[in-house]
Amino acid sequence: MDNTIPKSVQPLTKKDFESDQMVKWCPGCGDHAILKSVEKVFPELGYKKENYVVVSGIGCSSRFPYYMNTYGIHGIHGRAAPIATGVKLANPDLSVWVITGDGDSMAIGGNHFIHTVRRNVDLNILLFNNQIYGLTKGQYSPTTPLGKITKTSPQGTIEHPFNPGELVIGSRGTFFARAVDMNPKLLTSILFEAARHDGTSVVEILQNCVIYNDKTHQLITSKETKHDNQLVVEHGKPMIFGKNNEKGLYLNSQNKIEIVKIGENGINEEDLMVHDMHDPDPTVHLKLANLAPPEFPAVLGVIRSSKSATYDDMLEEQIETAREESDIKTMDDLLNSGDTWEM
Amino acid sequence: MTSKGNKVVEQKDVVVKFVGDSGDGMQLTGTLFSDAAAYAGNDLATFPDYPAEIRAPQNTVAGVSGFQVHFGDKKIHSSGDLCDVLVAMNPASLKANLKWAKKGATIIVDADNFDTKAFEKAGYETNPLEDGSLKGYNLIEAPITTLTKEAIKGMKVDMKTALKSKNMFALGIMFYIFDRKFDTAFHFIENKFRKKPLVVEVNKRVLQAGYNYADTMQESISVIQVPPAKIEKGRYRNLTGNVATAWGFLAAAERADRPLFLGSYPITPASEILQELAKYKSLGARVLQAEDEIAGITSTIGASYGGSLGITTTSGPGLSLKSEAIGLAVMTELPLVIVDVQRGGPSTGLPTKSEQSDLMQACYGRNGEAPVIVIAASSSANCFDYAFEASRLSLEHMTPVILLTDGYLANGSQLFKIPNMADMPKIKPPFAKPNDENYKPYQRDEETLVREWAIPGMEGLRHRLGGLEKWDITGNVSTDPENHQRMVELREEKVQKVAKDIPEQDIMGEKEGDLLVVSWGGSKGAVLNAVEELQNEGKSVSQAHFHYMHPLPENTEKVLSGFKRIIVPELNLGQFVQILRMKFPHFKYEQYNKVQGLPFTVSELKSKFNEILEEV
Repeated sequence: MDNTIPKSVQPLTKKDFESDQMVKWCPGCGDHAILKSVEKVFPELGYKKENYVVVSGIGCSSRFPYYMNTYGIHGIHGRAAPIATGVKLANPDLSVWVITGDGDSMAIGGNHFIHTVRRNVDLNILLFNNQIYGLTKGQYSPTTPLGKITKTSPQGTIEHPFNPGELVIGSRGTFFARAVDMNPKLLTSILFEAARHDGTSVVEILQNCVIYNDKTHQLITSKETKHDNQLVVEHGKPMIFGKNNEKGLYLNSQNKIEIVKIGENGINEEDLMVHDMHDPDPTVHLKLANLAPPEFPAVLGVIRSSKSATYDDMLEEQIETAREESDIKTMDDLLNSGDTWEM
Repeated sequence: MTSKGNKVVEQKDVVVKFVGDSGDGMQLTGTLFSDAAAYAGNDLATFPDYPAEIRAPQNTVAGVSGFQVHFGDKKIHSSGDLCDVLVAMNPASLKANLKWAKKGATIIVDADNFDTKAFEKAGYETNPLEDGSLKGYNLIEAPITTLTKEAIKGMKVDMKTALKSKNMFALGIMFYIFDRKFDTAFHFIENKFRKKPLVVEVNKRVLQAGYNYADTMQESISVIQVPPAKIEKGRYRNLTGNVATAWGFLAAAERADRPLFLGSYPITPASEILQELAKYKSLGARVLQAEDEIAGITSTIGASYGGSLGITTTSGPGLSLKSEAIGLAVMTELPLVIVDVQRGGPSTGLPTKSEQSDLMQACYGRNGEAPVIVIAASSSANCFDYAFEASRLSLEHMTPVILLTDGYLANGSQLFKIPNMADMPKIKPPFAKPNDENYKPYQRDEETLVREWAIPGMEGLRHRLGGLEKWDITGNVSTDPENHQRMVELREEKVQKVAKDIPEQDIMGEKEGDLLVVSWGGSKGAVLNAVEELQNEGKSVSQAHFHYMHPLPENTEKVLSGFKRIIVPELNLGQFVQILRMKFPHFKYEQYNKVQGLPFTVSELKSKFNEILEEV
C-alpha cells in the first residue's frame, strides 16, 4: 500500500526542522553530523512538517528529538521501538522515526527490537552504533568487540558482540542499511531509501564517541584506511572497492565470499558479485552484513530492501474489512447483540 | 410444569455449585444453568473457581474445577457462601467441595465414578457414598456415565464425545429440579457447537435424558421454585467482569470520539479483556498483542500521544513490569488507562485466585513522586461503569488511571442492564486548538491544572515530550531545582483536584452508629450482604464502600467520623486501612484480613462484625 502521509503544500527547508534548543552533545561527537543529515532529508521528503514524529529511548543519541522541531517523544530506556509502534498504529499518516543506540536497542531494548523488525511496522530506525555506553560513561555494550578494555571490562570483554545487521536479518527484517557518521552524502541517500521503504527500516550508523570509544570505527572511516576497509554497495552494481577500484567481491564455488583483484587470475568485472538488495532470499545479504575488517571491507549502503506486508497496512485492512462485514457498527449494536432479554 | 407430583418448595435464593474434573465441562454447565435462571427472571451472580493447570491429573483434588451460581428473587450481591445444591462429577470434586455445602444440602453425584481407584485417588479411605459420611445430606446417586452412554446409543459418536456430554446429563437433572425451560440451553448449545451438528444433537439428547431421569426419581427429588426478582425494568444480558471491562472501554472510546488502542500481553486472569477487544475491529479497536508487558504499556503511551484512548491490561506481576512506564505517562501527562485484574501474589503467586493485594502497588509503586488516579470496580457488571469512568478521568484530566478489578470479578458474571449509549455522558478531552500561537505543552487550566492535548498531525502545535523533568509551561528539559519542586507539586495537585470531579462517598445505612464497615473493590457484595443482615437484625452498622482509592472522595473524613468503631475487611494484610491510617490518623481502625485466594463469606464477616458490636 502506498503511504498516505499528507504532503506539505509549501516547500520546506532545513530551517523548518531546526529546534531552538541548545545541542548538548560533546564537540566532535558523530551525532552532530547525523542530525544535520536528518534535517536535510525531512524537508526533501516533502511530508507535512506536522506529520513527522521522532521517538527515542535513553542514551546520548536519544536526546535527538529535542533537537528537531517536530512532534517527538524522548521515551524510557530501550522502549523507543514500542512507543513508536503505538504512534504509527494510532495514526498511519505519520512518518515515524526511531533514534536509538547500541545499548538502547541491542541490550535493554533487544526484545522490542527483534519483535518490531519481525512485525515489519512502517518505522525508520536509526541505530547509532558507537560500541560503548556513552551517557553512563564508558561501559561496554552488546556491540563492543570481544576483548575490548572498558570500565566494566578491565581485562577485556568476554562477551561476543551482536552484529545489528545479522540480528535484523535473523528477525526476518525487510530493510537493513549501514552508514557512517563521517559520510553525510551516503547517509542522506540511505535515509531517503529508508523513508521510502514500506516496513521497518533499520539504518545502522557507525558513529564515533570521541570521549569513551574514540576511533572505534577508524579502519572503516579514516582517509588513509577506508578505501581498503569499506565497500559501498549499490543495487545492480558489481561490488568493487579499493583506492583505485581495483578489488572486488567474488562468490567462489564453495559459496564463500573472497576478495579478488580485477584483471588478475582471469577475473574480470563481470565475474564479481552484483548487488541485488531486493532479493527476498537474505542469504547473500547476511554474508554482506557480516563482512568485517581487517579480513574484509565493511559493507556500507542499503544491504537489504525487500517487500513484505507491513503490520500497519494489515491492521488497517482488517479494520476496513471488519467495518464492512460486521453487524456490530456501533456500541449500541454490540450491547444488544447475542442473548438479551426484557425484565 | 409442576404436574410432576414432586414435593415443591419455594426458596427466595439458592446457591448451586457444579464441580468436577477440569475437563468435565463444569464452566459450560454453570453458564448454561445461570443463563436459564436469568431468563426466568432471577437476579444472579456467578463465581467460577478453576485450577491454574489446563488439565491437571484426572480425578485429583488439584484438578477440580467449579462453578458457583447464586440466584434469587431479590438483588444478588455476591456468589454466596455455602451451596444448597452441589453437583459433584467425581470423588475428588466432592472431597474438595463438601465443606462448601450447607447442612442438609442436596448432593448429586455421578455414582459411576465412585470406584475404589477413584475415591482412593481423591484421598478417601472408604467410599463416601457408602461409609455414612454423607448422612444428613440429601444424596442423589445418579449413574450418570452409564445413562449418558445409553441415551446416545445408536448415534455415530466416539466414546470421547459421548463422555464429554455427561455434564449435560447433570444439567438436565438441575433443569428438572429448578423447573427450567430447555429453550435457552438448546439455543446456547446450538450456538456453541454451530459447526458440529452431531455434537448439538448429542448434547440435547443427554440433557433431555437427565431431565427424564429426574422425573423418575420423584421420591427423592423436590422441585425448588425461585420466584422472579423484582429488578429494574429494562433489557438485560449476562456479562463477566472482563467482558464488561472491555465493553466499558469501547463505550468510552465512542463517547470520547477517540479511537481505542490496546497494547497488552496475555496474563491470567486479564487475558479475556485483550481477547474481547481483539474481536471489535469493526468498532475501530486497534489491538496489539505485545512481546511483553513493557511493550504493552509503552506502545499504548505512543498511541495515547498519537491521539488514542490508550489502554493496557494486566495482572499483578505485569503491573510491576509496567511501573517505570507509568512514570513516563505521569511525566508526559498523557491519558492512559492501566487495568490490573488482581490475583494472589507475590511473584507468580496464585494466578487463578483472587486477592486485593495490589492497592499499595497501584497507589505508590513507582520511582519518584508519581501520583496517578486509582479506582476500583466492585461487581462484575459495574466493571463496565468503572472502565468507562477510568477512561473519562484519564482523558479529561490528562493523567494515567489505574483501574483495579480482581480475578473474582473478572471471571464472575452478573446480570447487566443494557444502557442506551445516547444516555451516557460525553467525554471531552482538553484538545489544543490547531495553529494556536500561544500553545505551550505544559500550560495548564487554572481550575483543574490539566494541560492541553496536541496530537501529531495537528498544525502549528509541534512539541516534544519525554521522561526528563520539564520546565513549567514550555515543557523544555530542565534540571532547575525550584522548577523541579514546582512541577512535582503541580503533578500532585492536579491529581488531588480530581476529587472535585468524582462523586461523594455514600454510606449504606445510617450516617452515625456503632460500627462502620469500610470496604473496597470486589468484596462489596459479601460485605453488603453481611451488613444488610445485621441491619435487619436491628444492629447499628453501616457500610461505606469505596470505588475511588486515589484521590479519596472529599467527604471521606466526614464519613468516617460518625461511628464508634471502624473495621476494614480486606483480602490482603491491610492495605487500604494503612492508607486511611496515614491520611486520617485520628480515627482508630480495626482490620479483618483474609489471604486464601477466596472471597469473603458472609458468615465469617457477620461473626467478626458481631464480635465488635458486642463490645460497643
